[in-house]
Amino acid sequence: MEQQPSPPRWPDRFLGWLLPSELYEELLGDLHEQFAFQAEEFGVQKARWMYFFEVIRFCRPYFLRRRFSADTKYSTSYTYSPTMIRNYFKIAFRNLLKYKGYSFINIFGLATGMAVAMLIGLWVWDELSYNKYHKNYDRIAKVMQRGVFNGEFGAGAHMPIPLGNELQTMYAADFKHVVMSSWTYEHILAYGDKKFTKQGNYLSPNAPDMLSLNMLKGTRTGLKDPSSILLSESVATALFGDNDPMGKIVKIDNRLNVKVTGVYEDLPYNTEFRDMTFIAPWDLYVSTEGWVKRAKDNAEWNNNSWQILAQIAPNSDFETINEKIKGIKIKHVPEIAVFKNEVFLQPMSQWHLYTGWDKTGKSEGRIQYVWLFGIIGVFVLLLACINFMNLSTARSEKRAKEVGIRKAVGSVRSQLISQFFSESLLVVACAFVVSLVLVLLLFPIFNEVADKKLTLLWANPIFWLLGIGFSILTGLIAGSYPSLYLSSFQPVKVLKGTFRAGRFASIPRKVLVVIQFTVSVTLIVGTTIVLRQIQHAKNRPIGYDRNGLITVTMNTPELHQNYNTLRDALIKSGGAVEMSTSSAPATNLNSQNNGFDWEGKDPNFKEQFGTIAVTHDFGKTVGWQFVQGRDFSRNFSTDSSGMVLNETAARYMGLKNPVGKIVKWNGKPFQVVGVVKDMMMGSPFEPVYQTVFMMDYGWANVINIKLNPALSAGESLKKIETVFQKFNPGSPFDYKFSDQEYERKFAAETRIGQLAGIFAALAIFISCLGLFGLASFVAEQRTKEIGIRKVLGATVPNLWGLLSKDFVVLVIISCLISTPIAWYFLNGWLHKYEYRTEISWWIFALAAVGALVITLLTVSFQAIKAALMNPVKSLKSE
Amino acid sequence: MGRSYLGEFEELVLLTVAVLEGTAYGVTIAAELKQRMNNRLISLSGVHIALYRLEEKGFVVSELGGATSERGGRRKRFFRITALGKRTLAEMRQVRNELWDAIPTPSFS
Repeated sequence: MEQQPSPPRWPDRFLGWLLPSELYEELLGDLHEQFAFQAEEFGVQKARWMYFFEVIRFCRPYFLRRRFSADTKYSTSYTYSPTMIRNYFKIAFRNLLKYKGYSFINIFGLATGMAVAMLIGLWVWDELSYNKYHKNYDRIAKVMQRGVFNGEFGAGAHMPIPLGNELQTMYAADFKHVVMSSWTYEHILAYGDKKFTKQGNYLSPNAPDMLSLNMLKGTRTGLKDPSSILLSESVATALFGDNDPMGKIVKIDNRLNVKVTGVYEDLPYNTEFRDMTFIAPWDLYVSTEGWVKRAKDNAEWNNNSWQILAQIAPNSDFETINEKIKGIKIKHVPEIAVFKNEVFLQPMSQWHLYTGWDKTGKSEGRIQYVWLFGIIGVFVLLLACINFMNLSTARSEKRAKEVGIRKAVGSVRSQLISQFFSESLLVVACAFVVSLVLVLLLFPIFNEVADKKLTLLWANPIFWLLGIGFSILTGLIAGSYPSLYLSSFQPVKVLKGTFRAGRFASIPRKVLVVIQFTVSVTLIVGTTIVLRQIQHAKNRPIGYDRNGLITVTMNTPELHQNYNTLRDALIKSGGAVEMSTSSAPATNLNSQNNGFDWEGKDPNFKEQFGTIAVTHDFGKTVGWQFVQGRDFSRNFSTDSSGMVLNETAARYMGLKNPVGKIVKWNGKPFQVVGVVKDMMMGSPFEPVYQTVFMMDYGWANVINIKLNPALSAGESLKKIETVFQKFNPGSPFDYKFSDQEYERKFAAETRIGQLAGIFAALAIFISCLGLFGLASFVAEQRTKEIGIRKVLGATVPNLWGLLSKDFVVLVIISCLISTPIAWYFLNGWLHKYEYRTEISWWIFALAAVGALVITLLTVSFQAIKAALMNPVKSLKSE
Repeated sequence: MGRSYLGEFEELVLLTVAVLEGTAYGVTIAAELKQRMNNRLISLSGVHIALYRLEEKGFVVSELGGATSERGGRRKRFFRITALGKRTLAEMRQVRNELWDAIPTPSFS
């Protein structure tokens, strides 16, 4: 027979996959027959093309549908038929209601985990969206300088005035705006007889444009007039109520009259400038502050006292500009080249999260906490999922019969899988709703602890997308194990009753329990150590007496002029026992300087001292303690150029007997009269900084007052207030308690401690819920065994030990695993602090014992309940 | 449920099955239709789907048989029209005729 032309092969294979098997033979036959005719009629080549197109036309939904519904071994109903789905949900609901305890543990545990994850998610979101309120977020930067001092990296945002001018003129093409700024600080705003202490700042006139302030009244050009002021909405309301503030005259610090030229919307809580409640023009600041004017007029490149903000030009980027400007300061101040000084821009996106640098210059900051809490959130959620999987698998034997019957009646595996998935999705949906409620309930506490103003982002589609996507994911993860495991049961075995979960069926469950407790114990240890570190720093000797010590900011000229009369009046009023002024409060070392010289100083030594200006009475006010020499005294006229060192400073200078030595600062000689014990003025986690206290009545920023210990604080304050109102009528009487200010130094650490504590508590709670469920399941499973044991004479403690032993072993394993993990991380954390507590072994022991006690309490409830059961009842039932 | 709906193409295929009495299977039906309809594009898959639908609706019945060498030895599925199919065709034809008769002559010539 003559060889027939044959159609191409590969379309046939494709059809073999595409077509329902029962139709394959006849359809392919027809195709080949038609090909034979066409090959005769049009030629082989054309016939092949026609064949190809004919095959393409077989891609029709009809065939696909027939293929996928009919290719299973047994004919079934459509997998996604509404009836079956309704049935799945019905069974799921019945199961939930039948085992109320389990359902509660499941839903509530998962909801807690989701709530924690949601809170942390919102927190992270808030941290990451910090400052994004400003429309030019991507292009705003802070001008900063960095360098290496005695081998350690340092960076700061204190800049000299002429630098701003230089950037504006020489690099005009790179910057859209260059904004000079003082610091956001407390000032008194007065209108008529209304006076408030409000935080505000002096900024260049283009600042409102750069910060894209939302003007409610007036325009962003309001600062062009040097005697103008822009108020935030809340300040405008406080000062003017419902009246129109525009054009009104407001008095700043009882000396500057300015006209309100605009009102802007309050800056949101998660912005850098949230405390800045009013803006006054930079030019006003320069013209009214003598030292600033001098710095500007004399182009003092070495006076780093201000901030410079900038918005870069649209066609530029931070790296290129950094490259251009880095040498700008060395050019004008050649002697700082030894510090490898570089001027650079810190983009706004880093202001909040990367606030510091370690000694090598690697940036660090809150971003570490964002990671830390993000990881904790994931872990807590994982714990909740583990619970869910654990309980579901533990209960699988109960549902084995159901699976057997479903399979016998005709369910295929995919249907069972989708049934169990739908069940877990139902539970997750319930948990999601509960977790939303929980989050709403927890918001006030959480916001308080975390210092945030978080809200649920009801209107944000991303939030819902994430929330629901993440619920579905949780449902799928949590439901995967039970659904894949349960659906693999063999109906014959299950229904015959020979189904036994093998010896190793409980292994995964045990592993999950171990993971859970490892996380919990690690969190317990972490919390303990964070709290101990805080306590350790709090117990540190502080070198002065902060009881009844208050500080008042000197914000009006009146206070500077009447030192002695004010002091006499205060002491006479009976409210105060001592008063003094100083350049900084005892709780805040805010000024560091170089330019010191003393006898025997190594000329290459790059010294840096904390500098505080004090008066004769400062020592008696704060109660400092002398180790050498004496306090300042009015009896020695030479004390008017006297100086007191702290111990660290004496060591730092290498002086054995500093008393009587002359120390020069910028050429001005001071005589050392005494050495005091180190006073803790800076961070309580760092060594005390070398500090000099110089006598200077002119350099004063705060008034320190020691309240009369014989009176209550309230009475003393009332007396002091009347004195202040007489001397300083232009200002409200605002004061700060030093012990409260001192507490604030611990704020960041306390916050971490509290948050870690909350999360640890929740993690333990979730783990215990899971353990409780598991224990009750085990007890139930072993009812018969316990009954027989009791009949044969086992005592209740025997049985209690029997049931608790398994769990105790698991918890001990977790403790052993978590110890090195916790040690590793906490050791790293503690090394950030110069002044730190040790990690002692007993913390781990305590955490382990704590975990064991909690485990035993949880398990014992079920174990004792089971052990007390009457064996007659447990053996009779079947 | 009322009587099953019969689409235009399905009606044509059903008529062709009736025409090719006894020898109606995919290829012959497609060829016949192509020839009668001035080479209108007739795809084999379309014809088959119409045939299977007609079978589901009970207008035709089928059986396998008659393998030939052009088909690589594969069997054909032969279709025969059922009594229901014939009746349905007749009814449709009658409806059409009545409608044609009802058209006023002058307006349509």
